Amino acid sequence: MSQLMDKEDIRRIIQRLSHEILEKNKGTKDLVIVGIQRRGVNLAERVSKMVEQIEGEALPTGILDITLYRDDLTQIAHQPIVRNTDISFSLEGKKVILVDDVLYTGRTVRAAIDVLLDFGRPQKIELAVLVDRGHRELPIRADYVGKNIPTSSEEMVEVKVQELDGKDEVLIIKRGEH
Amino acid sequence: MNFKRKDLLGIEDLSPEEIIFILDTAKSFREILERPIKMVPTLRGKTVANLFFEPSTRTRLSFELAEKRLNADALSFSSVGSSVAKGETLLDTAKNILAMKVDCFVLRHVSPGAPHLLARELDVSVINAGDGAHEHPTQALLDLYTIRERKGRIKGLKMAIVGDITNSRVARSNIWGMGKLGAEVRVCGPPTLIPPDIEKMGVKVSYSPEEALEGVDVIMMLRIQKERQKGSLPPSLDEYREFFSLTEERLDLAREDALVMHPGPVNRGVELPARIADGRKSIILDQVTNGVAVRMAILYLLLGRRR
Repeated sequence: MSQLMDKEDIRRIIQRLSHEILEKNKGTKDLVIVGIQRRGVNLAERVSKMVEQIEGEALPTGILDITLYRDDLTQIAHQPIVRNTDISFSLEGKKVILVDDVLYTGRTVRAAIDVLLDFGRPQKIELAVLVDRGHRELPIRADYVGKNIPTSSEEMVEVKVQELDGKDEVLIIKRGEH
Repeated sequence: MNFKRKDLLGIEDLSPEEIIFILDTAKSFREILERPIKMVPTLRGKTVANLFFEPSTRTRLSFELAEKRLNADALSFSSVGSSVAKGETLLDTAKNILAMKVDCFVLRHVSPGAPHLLARELDVSVINAGDGAHEHPTQALLDLYTIRERKGRIKGLKMAIVGDITNSRVARSNIWGMGKLGAEVRVCGPPTLIPPDIEKMGVKVSYSPEEALEGVDVIMMLRIQKERQKGSLPPSLDEYREFFSLTEERLDLAREDALVMHPGPVNRGVELPARIADGRKSIILDQVTNGVAVRMAILYLLLGRRR
C-alpha cells in the first residue's frame, strides 16, 4: 500500500478544481454543486467553500445517494445502507457540478445522473473527481480531474477524508492487503 | 446491520436493531415522497401481488403506491368476485398466482397465521398486511416511525392504546414494537374488550381513560370494530362514546405535547370527536403519508438484493 496524496496535495487540488470550475463556467451564475455519498459530499462541501472564498458568493450545495439507482442490486447479497439525498433547490436550467472522490467504472456517475434528471432538467451536468483511476465500463468522463492514476483491477484506490476518517489522504492498496 | 429475512410476518420476531434499521431506511424513502418525480427505479422488473381477503382502503392503496414508486409492478387481488367464491383454497390461489412469476405476496387474511403458511410453503417473500387479530406489522412500523419523527425517540415514552384491544392486530403489533424499543404501553377499554392475561405482553391494563391517559406522550385510539363483534360488547356506540371517547377533558389529562393517533378509518363522533380528529395534536394523516415510505423501505429490504 502506498500514499498517493497527502493532506496538502488534496487541499491544493481542491483549490485548482474550484478555480477551473469557475474559469470554465465564467463565474457562479446558475452554478450548483452536488456531492455523491459518501466522500463526494465532503469534497463537494470543500469545493463549495473554496468557491465562496474566491468569488464571494455561496453556491447552492446538495447531496445525493445512488443506492436506489444502482444497476447491480440484484447481484449483491449484502444490502447497502440507503443514505440521505438532499437537493432542496430547483435544478431547472442550472449547471450542476457533480463531485465524487474516485471515478472508476462510471456506473456510480451514471446512477447519479439519473437521480439528478429525476429532480428536474439541468442546463448541463459536469463531473469533478479527485481521482480518475481508469477502467471505464460506460462512456462517462470527468470534466475536472484532481489526478489521473492508472491502476490495475487488482488494486483499490482509497480516499480518506478528515470528516469521516480522521485524516485526509489517498491510498492505493492491493486487493487482499489491508 | 444485515437484513436477511425473506418475509415480514410480525413485530414479535423482530429484534430492536431490525426495527430501528427499518425506521432508518424509511427516512430515505420519505424524502422521495417530496420530490417532483416520486419514483426510484430500484425494484424495476419485480412484481408484487397484493392479496386482500379482507376489506381495506389505506393498507392496500399504500402498498400499491409503495410498489409503483419503486418501479415494481403491482397486482391487486381482492377475494370478492374471485375464485375463492368457487372454493379455491388460499395456498392454491397463491400457487396459481406464483405460477405467473411474481416475486412477493402482500397478504391480508382473516385467519391468524395465514401469511406464515404462505411464507413456509413458498420461496417468495411474504409480507403480512394483517392476519386476523394477530399482527399488522407494517402499521406498527409506520406508527413507530411517525412517533419517532415527532418525538425524536421511542425509549421512555408513555403510550395509551384505547379501544377494542381484543380484536385489534394494530394494538398487538404496536405493543410489541413500542415495548421492544423501550416505551411504556397502557391498554384501556371496557373489560369486555380487553383480553385476559394481556399483562403478559408487558402492558398495564386500565378500564378507565381518566387513569390510562394521565401524563402520556402518545394516545392511540382504536376503532370499535362492528364487523368483528359478537353480541353487545359494548351495549351501544353511545355508551362506548360516553365512557371511552377522547373528549377534550380526557385529552387534557395527557401531556400538553401529546400526539393523537388512529390507524383509520376513524368513526367520527364515536371514539374521536371530529374536532380532535382534525385538531392540531392529531397526526393521523402523517401516519398515512409515512405508511407509504415505511412500506417502500420494507419492500426494498426484502426484494432489493440477491437471494
